[in-house]
Amino acid sequence: MAHHELVTPVTEQQARALRINDTVTLQRTLFGIRDATLIHLFDRGRTTRFGLNGHAVIHTAPNVKAVPRSIEHPAGYAPLCVGTTTSARMERFTHALMSEYGVRIIIGKGGMGKQTLAAFSELGGAYLAVVGGAAALETTWIERIEDVDMDDLNPESLWRFAIRDFGPLLVAMDSYGGSLYDAVADAAQARRADVLRSLGVRT
Amino acid sequence: MLQIDLAQVETAAKELYVRALKQLPPDIKAGFARLSETETNATAQRVLGTMLTNIAVAERTDNLLCQDTGIPIYNVTIGSGVIVDGARLKAAIRRGCERATREHSLRSSIVHPITRVNEHSSCGREVPVMHFDFDASEQMSIEMIPKGSGSENNSFLKMAIPADGVDAIKTFVIDCVLNAGGKTCPPTIVGVGIGGTSDLCMHLAKRAAGRPLGTRCTDPGGAALEGELSNAVNSLGVGPQGLGGDSTAFAVHVELAATHITMNPVAVNMQCHSARRARATFSERGIEYGF
Repeated sequence: MAHHELVTPVTEQQARALRINDTVTLQRTLFGIRDATLIHLFDRGRTTRFGLNGHAVIHTAPNVKAVPRSIEHPAGYAPLCVGTTTSARMERFTHALMSEYGVRIIIGKGGMGKQTLAAFSELGGAYLAVVGGAAALETTWIERIEDVDMDDLNPESLWRFAIRDFGPLLVAMDSYGGSLYDAVADAAQARRADVLRSLGVRT
Repeated sequence: MLQIDLAQVETAAKELYVRALKQLPPDIKAGFARLSETETNATAQRVLGTMLTNIAVAERTDNLLCQDTGIPIYNVTIGSGVIVDGARLKAAIRRGCERATREHSLRSSIVHPITRVNEHSSCGREVPVMHFDFDASEQMSIEMIPKGSGSENNSFLKMAIPADGVDAIKTFVIDCVLNAGGKTCPPTIVGVGIGGTSDLCMHLAKRAAGRPLGTRCTDPGGAALEGELSNAVNSLGVGPQGLGGDSTAFAVHVELAATHITMNPVAVNMQCHSARRARATFSERGIEYGF
């Protein structure tokens, strides 16, 4: 249960050093991505000018305010509330995101599935759990919106955030097939029969 | 008779959206305190602690609790002693919802279901969702619920049959909670609808999920099920965020309606831990805001 201070981008070795139940605090850069961004990148043949190699992405679509461009707001957007959405919907894009763009870390809530675990194992990556619904807190870890691409999809644009002390986040899926979600779900499923019996359900 | 000023309705519809997104109702805060006292899992304690910190940060920084501005829902109850033009009332609520989005730079989470075009107004065809009900009072109340998609995506309906009995209802609720795992942002309020038609059953589940903590189903059979199912759901071990623990749900709420002799419908709709809602009451005293 080690703690890792990581400055993005990270190497494959750094990603593979992350084990479930470890914690991570991220520094420097984080990319925001979600449903429409991924659908357009992988189903509609669009590309991004951003280099994501070795980077971390978070499943988000923030509340932002359009403002004049400045040093503080280089993309013309002020971040108002940046949180996290349910990751499971993004499951089928993980392998391509890693193999085609070099992404190493996915941050989200609720966990992801077997395709993602396989991609982590094959390519070297990890899933970090942020507490969903804790967006006011998460916003304090965002310094500014540095840049934005595919902004016709706003709010589901591809965002580049400058971050400081982003975390601590829990390593919930790793490159060794470990998933806290699977462990919890398996244990809960094992309790199902007893729980139904306690409710007087005839089986 | 109380004549409703529609300009005030528009302002209230706007204010309610913003208030709901920023202030968690006291019954939900009390629910967090209760779960924190009894939670035995260390990870779950940390997750609950982060959620409590977030509530404090949102209040201190006057920020939204969660980034998800949800699907806006307005539940309107009109008393016998109230005069209001229904069509204009709907239009005023819609304008208020749109103004909240534009004037407060809220993320519009609403798109056309086929083109996926976002009008950046939090409005669209049939949205905001509005429900109208009537009572014998001298007032009108508007409840606003920004329903988050993480929990809304975990909505389930089963048209069970009479031979399956209450066992089918209990089994369905347990399996819905198991299948939802962490995707609903637990701890949740598990709303269960029983009876009615298919659409009424789901509506009852939604109403149950939006009910304040501490309230009980007014039907004794429904109230008994609430107690049994609340204990059962929290012995599964799903825990906050699906990362394990005792705090899977604040409560299971049940709402029910009569149904057909051949039918035994059950629906589940969940509310996430950011169980946001706000209320404005119009009466002779003016407009009062609450939960």
